[in-house]
Amino acid sequence: MPSRTATIASSVGLHARPAKLFVDLAGKAARDGVTVTVARPGAEPANAASILAVLSLGVKHGETVELTAEGEGAEAALDALVEELAVDRDAETVG
Amino acid sequence: MSTYTRTVLHGVPASPGVATAPAIWWDGAAVDAVEPARDLDDASSRVVDDLGRRAAAATTGEGREVLEALAMFAADPELLAAAKQRVEAGQEPPEAVRTAAAGYAEQLRSLGGYLAERAADVVDVGDRLAASLQGRAMASLPEPGHAYVLVARDLAPADTALLDPSVVVGIVTEQGGPTSHTTILARSLGIPAAVACAQAGSVAGGHEVVLDGSTGMVHVDPAAGLAEKLAERERRSAERRARVSGPGRTADDTAVKLLANIGTVDDARHAAGQDLEGVGLFRTEFLFLDRSSEPGLDEQVETYADVLSAFGDRRVVVRTLDAGSDKPVPFLGLSAEDNPALGIRGLRTSWPRPDVLQRQLEALAAAAARTGTRPWVMAPMVSTPHEADAFAHLARNAGLDTVGVMVEVPAAALRATHLLRHVDFASIGTNDLAQYALAADRQLGDVAALLDPWQPAVLDLVAATCAGGSAQSKAIGVCGEAAADPLLATVLVGLGVRSLSMAPVAVPAVRAQLADVDLATCTRVAEVARQATTAAEARAVVAGRLTG
Repeated sequence: MPSRTATIASSVGLHARPAKLFVDLAGKAARDGVTVTVARPGAEPANAASILAVLSLGVKHGETVELTAEGEGAEAALDALVEELAVDRDAETVG
Repeated sequence: MSTYTRTVLHGVPASPGVATAPAIWWDGAAVDAVEPARDLDDASSRVVDDLGRRAAAATTGEGREVLEALAMFAADPELLAAAKQRVEAGQEPPEAVRTAAAGYAEQLRSLGGYLAERAADVVDVGDRLAASLQGRAMASLPEPGHAYVLVARDLAPADTALLDPSVVVGIVTEQGGPTSHTTILARSLGIPAAVACAQAGSVAGGHEVVLDGSTGMVHVDPAAGLAEKLAERERRSAERRARVSGPGRTADDTAVKLLANIGTVDDARHAAGQDLEGVGLFRTEFLFLDRSSEPGLDEQVETYADVLSAFGDRRVVVRTLDAGSDKPVPFLGLSAEDNPALGIRGLRTSWPRPDVLQRQLEALAAAAARTGTRPWVMAPMVSTPHEADAFAHLARNAGLDTVGVMVEVPAAALRATHLLRHVDFASIGTNDLAQYALAADRQLGDVAALLDPWQPAVLDLVAATCAGGSAQSKAIGVCGEAAADPLLATVLVGLGVRSLSMAPVAVPAVRAQLADVDLATCTRVAEVARQATTAAEARAVVAGRLTG
């Protein structure tokens, strides 16, 4: 199963809008047959398509997470998700 | 003497402005019977569709974002999986999804800070999914064919997002606070709102109200001319607000600190971005309510640190847990009481459970150390100098160096000189002080007039507290919503108060009013207010002097 590490760029952490965008992408992958999990290194993986599971991780700005994907198109899905986490979405949000 | 109003209810100012219209009470409970959803997946897609439609029709960007977030919760595969597991184990689907939602809500709450505030949203989604399974749809807002002021217990995001501000010209809710959905959306729509108005339920439908969102007052069956008077005040106030900024001070440079009342981490972040000097009241109950077990030390430290770091060098006054048998704090194990307002509440909850207060103080000290800040701490419901002394010892031993008490019990005000010997400051909670001094239940609309902070007896108790402060050279502040009323703020300063803590939205008007008067004028209006025989008269004579 392919996996990748990514660092959270958004200053608010993997919460609110950044989490929403991440989960939206993972949800899209899920509908295309790719299941993705996200976890702190060495910890229990969480369903990346679940906003509740992702929020409950409480991942902060600068932390690193491990993304694992399974299914056809897993690599491409991982690329997209890693790229998404690398953007500081918080800088884009309005007040 | 003219009658100012017939009945005035007091809420927290949430969105400024004045609205005049008939009031309509809205229940909000799901009503309309529709065909029940076939199963959890069907319920999920119906609720997601409904929320999606509302999001598209939302009248503000904020409303749309909130609804989109709710839709995501409703589509969450883990939530649905957890609910399905329960159904397999024999639970009825509506109950199963509510329980699953409650489980996630608890998880989010235990993370503290910003995430804990999303917990209520998850519960809301659980309710919507359950309603869908039971064939109930969420009710729509009333459409009486004329403008009205919407009065409700509370408003969920999905309710307010469709609100048409030309029809709903103002909002009053029984619950809610400065960062609740009601407040945020009312401000985006530019309509006045008052929240946390305990007596909102007593507003009978169809009665004309003048809602003063700038002070949080709701005038029911107002006297003729009131609306015009308030509109004129609004106009002048807006002019002055534009001129004045920065730290609070009178025209002759007496400093009066202008601070925020906050109750959540969201509140803190919002207030920190405003032109004000810190926090005069950080209510910590949100961490403890609805919890079956006490929040852990780490969770508390995390949350307090979030709040403290938002304000940096600015003052933050933290109030220790203020709960009683009427509040849902299961882990405290308080027995039911016939008179919760007079029972084991506030600091008294440390009698059966001293460990809870101890832990809270330790957590606050740890958060202070971590953030390099020096928060002030105060205890609620302090009744005697001995209690003040004992609390001060506890707090200082825990490592907190600026310790105070709330003055809300009349005995504390009357013995202020003795009380203030043991602590560094006192903050007057005018809401509860009025309740106890005039023996009038804060929740009861029938006695609302007695709870008016302009009651001369309350002003006398403020004066007594300030006299104690002066005798001991200790600072006295006010953190009840009395501080948000610019005219009353002038009186309070005249009585000796030197810090005012209120909902952030109220700060600019108070700052502008203080900048227009010198200290001698404040002292004079305080005298005339105390000479009045009724609250209405006190308000009227002061208004006459300051705005005439």
